[in-house]
Amino acid sequence: MAVAKEKLLARKRDALAERLGALTLPEGGAWVTEARKSALGRLEAMGLPAPRDEYWRFTKPDLLNAPKPAPAAVFDHGDEMPVFGEVDRLKIVFVDGVFDPAQSDDLTLAGVEIDRLAEAAKADIHWAKGVFGTVELASQTPVERPLAALNTAFATDGVLIRVTGKAAKPISLIYKHEDDCSDAILHNVVKLEPGAELTLLENGPAAARFNKCLEVDIADGARFHHIRAQGRDHERQAVTGMFVRQGAESLFKSFTLTANGRLTRNECFIEMKGANASAHIAGAALGHGDFHHDDTVFITHDAENCESRQVFKKVLQKGAVGAFQGKILVKRGAQKTDGYQKSQSLLLDDEAQFLAKPELEIYADDVACSHGSTSGAIDEDMLFYLRARGVDKGTAMDLLVIAFVAEAIEEIEDESFREEITERLESWLLRRRG
Amino acid sequence: MLKIENLHVKLEEEDKQILKGLSLEVPAGEVHAIMGPNGSGKSTLSYVLSGKDGYEVTDGSATLEGNDLLDLEAEERAAAGLFLAFQYPVEIPGVGNMTFLRTAVNAQRKARGEEEMSAAEFLKVIRAKAKDLKIDADMLKRPVNVGFSGGEKKRNEILQMAMLEPKMCILDETDSGLDVDAMKLVSDGVNALRDPNRAFLVITHYQRLLDHIVPDVVHIMAGGKIVKSGGPELALEVEKNGYADLMESA
Repeated sequence: MAVAKEKLLARKRDALAERLGALTLPEGGAWVTEARKSALGRLEAMGLPAPRDEYWRFTKPDLLNAPKPAPAAVFDHGDEMPVFGEVDRLKIVFVDGVFDPAQSDDLTLAGVEIDRLAEAAKADIHWAKGVFGTVELASQTPVERPLAALNTAFATDGVLIRVTGKAAKPISLIYKHEDDCSDAILHNVVKLEPGAELTLLENGPAAARFNKCLEVDIADGARFHHIRAQGRDHERQAVTGMFVRQGAESLFKSFTLTANGRLTRNECFIEMKGANASAHIAGAALGHGDFHHDDTVFITHDAENCESRQVFKKVLQKGAVGAFQGKILVKRGAQKTDGYQKSQSLLLDDEAQFLAKPELEIYADDVACSHGSTSGAIDEDMLFYLRARGVDKGTAMDLLVIAFVAEAIEEIEDESFREEITERLESWLLRRRG
Repeated sequence: MLKIENLHVKLEEEDKQILKGLSLEVPAGEVHAIMGPNGSGKSTLSYVLSGKDGYEVTDGSATLEGNDLLDLEAEERAAAGLFLAFQYPVEIPGVGNMTFLRTAVNAQRKARGEEEMSAAEFLKVIRAKAKDLKIDADMLKRPVNVGFSGGEKKRNEILQMAMLEPKMCILDETDSGLDVDAMKLVSDGVNALRDPNRAFLVITHYQRLLDHIVPDVVHIMAGGKIVKSGGPELALEVEKNGYADLMESA
């Protein structure tokens, strides 16, 4: 056994050596160099993910490991308004992973301090020290996340956001994709001081291949809302990591909409360190054909009386594959934990596949934790009921698809965002039917 | 309005004949009732007419205003003016009752080449009709039939009927699961829709519904066909003597 393990690790390190051939550790000031070197160190110890790793059994890491991305055509949006296009927000635009000042707003907003990583990295000291690479590091135990360490080591840009009050408007990160062969690595940090509040919007495919980290440090009583749409490019590949640390009475709420994409791996790690905190993470994914979508979520309850919710819905057809790996870990002492996890798929034909691995690991005795995972087809009785009222089959199917994912969308607190996401989905489904 | 001739229907999945030569004609402006014992094929008739999958028509025909119904998809039959009030209205979590109704109304209008109803106009119309059926704003907002009581579900069916203004209404055991007050409310809703240009086919086990919705003709169905037809007094006869006598005499 030990020999086999050694062999596997050697192969993972070989894969890393090949990947690192195309990368150089960026130069920077003391604080960032320290974080990057530390990340490179753990990356070298781990090697790149391999199909036999426990958390990579459902998703092949090859495309994410390869020295170069597979080309991905840019999706033609026609005259469609971009997601969040009508929202009053502060825009920060990256094109194929490169900051675009012309399309971005001034990085000034009341109650918020915004720096680009590329600029902050030049200084010897920055407030982001203590968050940057730190929450990611915490996420490496007990499950290794080499691609996140790679991100911390090699990302040259991203946004560092410190929120001291209630942000006057949402900050919107826009990831445009224009080059078929682009390979983007971005690392964002959000630090919410006690009582602060921010809504972060993210949208767009970013590049042919995108490796993105978002580290979030939420102090006591702070509130963080996150709404994301991952673009509609069919061939793009993405691995994203959201690494979160929460203080007492804090709130974290995240929703992700994924329609299309050849490969998506969305990882999330949330550590609840203070009592009475609340963490909700939700996702709706719709894919057909060459679509592989993986949500891997790990929530640690490390304080009393915290609540966590995971709601993931996937609608799959024509060979699309959905995977969900979700874990709730309740540490000793985290009494009165209320944890719930739901992962469901709607399989529109026999070719679609859904793989789920829900896990609960509980070391406290006074907790309520549960999970539910289901796979099903369109309900024929519902379909007939709608058609008997004159709704054509295509529209009826769309209505039922939207109804299926509605529970995930409901996790968005702001009604106008809920409506926008629902309307988007409706128009995309309509367009898909032609 | 509705004309059914020698209709033979079997289940698609198994070799079981359910309708065995059923003939029936409901002229515009009339209310016909079908009564019959369990297993006589009453619900099958309503499903076959409205286009549910799983049934195979082996012989006979069904037309609505002269147009072949059996050739049409379920939604085309609805647009042509056919409406089935379900015995068991389906719950659809995640779809708001209002959204559902508006989608349905506009889908039918579109299919008929008519202009779609605006949101404001729709709201005005539905509020008035909902009020008559004692359906409150909350019920309109909630997901279709989810958490509705038996009576609320049936009232919701009648609301849909009132909004869609069909030509031919089939009511499949609309009285099942209703208490006396709810039955009155539902019947009033149906009676309000009685019109010289509209016809009704009321399927029921019991005579009591027909006290409220008084039929022009009563048909007795048994063994997959109509065995006897007559006036409202036929329903009273069934109530008194049961089906056995009638079936024997047929």
